[in-house]
Amino acid sequence: MSSSATAIATDAGHSHPEHVAHHFDTAKQQFDTGKLGIWSFLFQEVLFFSGLFVAYAVYRQNHPEVFQFASQFLNTNLGAINTVVLLFSSFTAAWAVRAAQLGQKKTLITLLSVTILCAFGFMGIKYIEYSHKFHEGLLWGGAEHSIMKADNSSTTMILESVKNHSEAWNHPAGTNTFAVKDLSIEQRRKTGIFFGVYFCLTGLHGIHVIAGIFLMFWLLARAVRGDFGPQNFNAIDFGALYWHLVDLIWIFLFPLLYLIS
Amino acid sequence: MSDSHEHGGVGHTLPIQQIGGVLLILLFLTGLTVLTGRMDLHGYDLTVAMIIATVKASLVCAVFMHMLWDRPFLRLGLVIAVIMVGAFLAYTLIDTAEYQDQMRAWQLHEEYQKSTTG
Repeated sequence: MSSSATAIATDAGHSHPEHVAHHFDTAKQQFDTGKLGIWSFLFQEVLFFSGLFVAYAVYRQNHPEVFQFASQFLNTNLGAINTVVLLFSSFTAAWAVRAAQLGQKKTLITLLSVTILCAFGFMGIKYIEYSHKFHEGLLWGGAEHSIMKADNSSTTMILESVKNHSEAWNHPAGTNTFAVKDLSIEQRRKTGIFFGVYFCLTGLHGIHVIAGIFLMFWLLARAVRGDFGPQNFNAIDFGALYWHLVDLIWIFLFPLLYLIS
Repeated sequence: MSDSHEHGGVGHTLPIQQIGGVLLILLFLTGLTVLTGRMDLHGYDLTVAMIIATVKASLVCAVFMHMLWDRPFLRLGLVIAVIMVGAFLAYTLIDTAEYQDQMRAWQLHEEYQKSTTG
């Protein structure tokens, strides 16, 4: 088959442009089929995440006080900055689709690069947040460095080294009037479950961001190669749809985790 | 369904003003949700936060994800997915609320047993 985009292939007994796979009659049919595929995947993603959201909802309904106490340990400013970063990357992704549709190669490359930079920015801020949580011992009860361990004997289960340097263990945070060390074993166990929910939700979301980074690099490489144009922007469109979904999930995660008053 | 082939492509092309406009609204709503999150809304905090989040999500879905101009069949799929999540959430919450009293009674029973045997 010729490498020109307008080349006609006649090997299968019918002719079509190179970017249309030969089991499709038209570019439009190929586009609609791809759309159905990516949207089916995204609907599945919504249902996939809903399991964790339901776990969150059940736990919050039964223990609202745990959420009020524990969310004080999350940094609202970092959460808000990450929201802005993701929204902006959704904007550049949507614009990238437009650039691909209009055949603006340079704009497309720039926008995909900015989207990737935003994704790295998001993960960088996530890294700062996570390392702070690990340092403080604000983890699920089963983690070795957790200050949320629940044990009937006493607080001896919690590592001395963590207790000594953990602000959360020693001092009240935000509007809380007591520190983690003042909690009963039962309260500590429940707070540990909150952090379990927090790490599952933000962790699964983070994995999606990392997958998005790989996806965007692949799209960038293809854009540089000159694969995309007004008749052939499907991969950019579908990649952007995935990226918007990652943004959508964060839109809900931010108020549910960081903005509990 | 509207196929605007304004540039000869197979899909709908968003005007740049629309993409930028949606970004500005999304940023404004983010600021608003941070603001309302810091206020005491007398028990309506979660409701307000979820309404704002839903408006933001709808905007992203309708415009950035081209849902407004897509085939009705895809919109049907989205509606079904959202209804399924709603049913999952509602049934689980109703169920867990139903058994809270029994769980409390069981916990008290356990504590009583411990205090009498230990």
